Amino acid sequence: MLQAVPSIFGVIVISFVLTRALPGDPAVYFAGAMADKESIEQVRQALGLDRSWVEQFFIYVGNLAQGDWGQSLKTGQPVTEELLKRLPASLELTFIGLGLAVLAAVPLGILAATNPGSWVDHICRLLVTAGVSLPTFFTGLFLIYIFYYLLGWSPSPLGRLNILYLSPSHVTGFYIIDSLIAGDLEIFLGALAQLILPTITLGLFALAPIARMTRGAMLGALSSDYVRTARANGLSKSMILLTYAFRNASLPVLTTLGMVFSFLLGANVLVEKVFSWPGIGSFAIEALIASDYAAVQGFVLSMALLFITVNLTIDVILAITDPRVGLEE
Amino acid sequence: MSENLVTVVSFSLFLFIVFLGLFGEFLAPYDPLATAASNTLRPPSWTHPFGTDNLGRDVLSRVIVATRLDLSIALSAVALSFVIGSALGSVAGFWGGWWDRIIGRFSDTIMAFPLFVLAMGIVAALGNTVENIVYATAIINLPFYIRVSRAETSVRREAGYVAAARLCGISEIRILATQVFPNTLPPMMVQISLNMGWAILNAAGLSFIGLGVRAPDAEWGIMVAEGATYIVSGEWWLALFPGAALMIAVFCFNLLGDGLRDLVDPQRRT
Amino acid sequence: MKHEHFLDVNELSVEFQTRNGIVKALEKVSIHVDKGEVLGIVGESGSGKSVTAYTIIGLLDRAGLVTNGKTAFDGMLLSGAKEALLSDLRGREISMIFQNPRAALNPIRSVGKQIEDVLLRHVQASRYNVRKKAIDMLDQVKIVDSKRRYWSYPFELSGGMCQRVMIAIALACNPRLLIADEPTTGLDVTTQKATMDLIQELTRNRNMSVILITHDLGMASAYCDRLVVMQKGKIVESAPVVKIFSEPQHSYTKKLIAASPGPKSQLADLIDTTDEMSEADIEQLDKPMQQFSQKKSATPNILEVSNLVKEFTVRDSSRFRLPWSGKISSHQTFRAVDDISFSLKRGESLGLVGESGCGKSTTSSILTRLLDPTSGDVIFDGENITSYSSVQFAQIPQRAKIQMVFQDPTDSLNPRYTAKDTISEPLKQLLFIKKREALNERVIKLAKMVGLPENLLTRFPHQLSGGQKARVGIARAIAVEPLLLILDEPTSALDVSVQAVVLQLLNKLKRDLGMSYIFVSHDLNVVRLLCERVMVMNRGKIVETGMADDVLRNPQKDYTRNLVSSIPHFEPGKKVA
Repeated sequence: MLQAVPSIFGVIVISFVLTRALPGDPAVYFAGAMADKESIEQVRQALGLDRSWVEQFFIYVGNLAQGDWGQSLKTGQPVTEELLKRLPASLELTFIGLGLAVLAAVPLGILAATNPGSWVDHICRLLVTAGVSLPTFFTGLFLIYIFYYLLGWSPSPLGRLNILYLSPSHVTGFYIIDSLIAGDLEIFLGALAQLILPTITLGLFALAPIARMTRGAMLGALSSDYVRTARANGLSKSMILLTYAFRNASLPVLTTLGMVFSFLLGANVLVEKVFSWPGIGSFAIEALIASDYAAVQGFVLSMALLFITVNLTIDVILAITDPRVGLEE
Repeated sequence: MSENLVTVVSFSLFLFIVFLGLFGEFLAPYDPLATAASNTLRPPSWTHPFGTDNLGRDVLSRVIVATRLDLSIALSAVALSFVIGSALGSVAGFWGGWWDRIIGRFSDTIMAFPLFVLAMGIVAALGNTVENIVYATAIINLPFYIRVSRAETSVRREAGYVAAARLCGISEIRILATQVFPNTLPPMMVQISLNMGWAILNAAGLSFIGLGVRAPDAEWGIMVAEGATYIVSGEWWLALFPGAALMIAVFCFNLLGDGLRDLVDPQRRT
Repeated sequence: MKHEHFLDVNELSVEFQTRNGIVKALEKVSIHVDKGEVLGIVGESGSGKSVTAYTIIGLLDRAGLVTNGKTAFDGMLLSGAKEALLSDLRGREISMIFQNPRAALNPIRSVGKQIEDVLLRHVQASRYNVRKKAIDMLDQVKIVDSKRRYWSYPFELSGGMCQRVMIAIALACNPRLLIADEPTTGLDVTTQKATMDLIQELTRNRNMSVILITHDLGMASAYCDRLVVMQKGKIVESAPVVKIFSEPQHSYTKKLIAASPGPKSQLADLIDTTDEMSEADIEQLDKPMQQFSQKKSATPNILEVSNLVKEFTVRDSSRFRLPWSGKISSHQTFRAVDDISFSLKRGESLGLVGESGCGKSTTSSILTRLLDPTSGDVIFDGENITSYSSVQFAQIPQRAKIQMVFQDPTDSLNPRYTAKDTISEPLKQLLFIKKREALNERVIKLAKMVGLPENLLTRFPHQLSGGQKARVGIARAIAVEPLLLILDEPTSALDVSVQAVVLQLLNKLKRDLGMSYIFVSHDLNVVRLLCERVMVMNRGKIVETGMADDVLRNPQKDYTRNLVSSIPHFEPGKKVA
């Protein structure tokens, strides 16, 4: 757990530096375009801009710790509240996208590695190179064109739920879970239908790096000395493939998942814009255009903290699977 | 498909893209900024192979002219991160110790952010301009260069030929510059090539959400964004052609990177 | 069919498909092994000895193709057999152990489980007694505290222990044939002997047949009944051990035997005179250096080392410590070189011998002044050179007087420099020769001295053979006419026949140029060929010093005795059991 501390510290420092790098007077920036002299002065006091850098930093950290991430200029609400309200929508998208990608990419990578030179291998290699070259927003748009405009199979790409439905009562914030809790199958299906295209878009994006890593790691493991030993001892194919090769290969794949998650959080922003998804990505884009800096900063910080949490989880899993990594309590 | 063929095709494609970037304005059949109210949203035809957009501008000309802007953003960003990243990385890898710890911590901190999100934050803080897109892209690429350069330097730090150079009384900094650094270049070239594609995607992504490049300038990302609105009403060509151009450019750099990697390191073939 | 052998390999041919076309790896190789027999397959790298073994048990990788031949094991045809049958046999009837044991074990599975995997696969144990059997196997391979070691992972064990675990896995199901592929390469000499003795003991008790694949003739002679000599994919000779050594038939076998240094062989014996070496005509270097060394002969010793100590701080990684939990020696110091003193006469060669981690490499780094000692003095040519820091030392003229030849010829040449660039580097840097012609002339002369054909000078390292690279490295080292040359295992990465050539070259250079050598090596037999005097190191201390032959013949200390007796070699008239 201690490993995360310097990361969090570093993230806060950079975020602090960025707020002070704003062109002109940060107080004017945070007070917004409509502010008068008095409110600018108030903001200046609150941020401690009249004091030394070190003091400013401690005030900054103090404010963050108390959950005071500033006010959104556009809505006038505290940034934390705005973010928390929209977070489930984004997470629903990201996690399902990641899940789809893992489910498709890992078997594909394994198949390609166990049959090098076969058609599966060629498809895998093509998908991998093409996949990392696809701009997410572009894939999303053309999925919409094909499945909404041409075929009419999917609902209009506007938000999490058709406006005809009422959103399910808030429990987890994840519509597909909340609707099931409420026992409303219709809403569940409606929410699911809305989710299909954006999650496939994200999944296609994440598929390439995971498949690439799985294939590479499996190839490495299969040609390793310990697999040769296992074969020399006549161990069964499934034993060699799963217990010897895949368990070893899964370690670098897990590490890659962290990186993939980082890319997904970025791609999420683009996908939310394409599908008018009311998540924090869309919120951030609006804030960016409106120069609503407190909101942007809150977005960046919360994404970084989320990413650190994911990395921490991966580290813990790695430490459990790999005896060579000492678990530091 | 022979691997050499793939490399040859991607290299010719690369030359073609560079050619478009250099001479695009002379090759474009129309003025990319000229609007024509009578000729809006026309589908592809002989006179306008890629169709026209909502303001009647020729999409083909805009796609061609955009090549230079997209390439130069990516190229300057990659150049910046290569120069800074390889300098920091070789220092960290060669001297180790505190240098390594400080530089490593710095690059870990950047990596603690989701990179595209960090780029958004940087552009928001520094101001919404094309230069700042370049800086943001350079900063988020930095850790990759530091990492590769550090690793490649530190495996060579203890090599026999480095010790032999020390026996010749060559100073440490010159050993790093003349003996170690040139040998780290091949893997760095692979990194550059793979990174170019990613840098292009990143810059295009930023302009897609409305950062950096401003209308009416032609840039692939912003063109896709402008075309996005028309997708749901069936005018696909507005977004398809700039998107495809973007995709092909990135694909080309990735293929080139893979080809280079095979050349540089036959053992780590993928 | 003729008399049936236990294992019968008949006219086996194997081809490999590579990017540069088809390569013949094996050509009509026929070998046989009888029950309880130990067959040695010897040959240099690339001779096809491992490919033979892999082909027998069906582990050839995808690029390899058996084009001809049959293999029969106990009357059962193995060639063309279904993978399922082979997989059934492997581990139960035929087992194999490999070199580099740590990499050959699954890094994230406990060693006990890995033994269990084999036992369960071949139904040699049930779920209920499998652990007991696995622990029993660990006991049999003499792993102490086997109940605890059961749970160990390979990274927690030493190389020797990992090899024992691999032996345990291989023998768990009581197979009847064991194939050992260079089982001790990379292990220290004493560990090597212990491992081989263990293999011998266990296989004899079980009356197993063994195929021992090795590049080391000494080891083959010590542990095998019969030898097969391979060269470039063909068998050149096959005979009982005693016969092969007493009456070798094939010229390659003769060359190989001659090139393998034994406790009594002389440098001149190692190769016949027809070798390329003799054509390298060695010229006298410029006169000034000779005079220089004579003039200064007032100090008889070129090098005097007194009370040299080098300490490294090691982090205590065994326990996790909070930063505020006090400064209770979380940094421990480790003495790599522990108070050593010795001297070296002009023109003398001193061997520095020891196992890995004994401090010999650290000592040589300090002597070359690439590393600063913690304390102690090194007096070189009448001057205390430890009074300069390694950085200062790089700037003074003495820098040129101490040079070094490195262990791995590949690693010690800059891949982007041609042979000529590499040899010119010290000339430019230390003798300040900048003129093209002068530089050219010197390089060509040096190339001649080390027997490197002039047309190879423009080549890059990857275009040169191992022996040629070694020559480039030697030419670079002697380019600036050093007084002291430190040789850091200069031949350990080379095949024996190349090693012999390089050793002779070094000897000739020493004689002609009047340099002093410090020869760092783990191999006493090689050291004594080149050095009058040897110094045995262990754990940073000097254990024993003396004339090379005396130390080898009559070691005084237990450690040296153990070291000497561990070196496998052929002794004529030895009883082959």
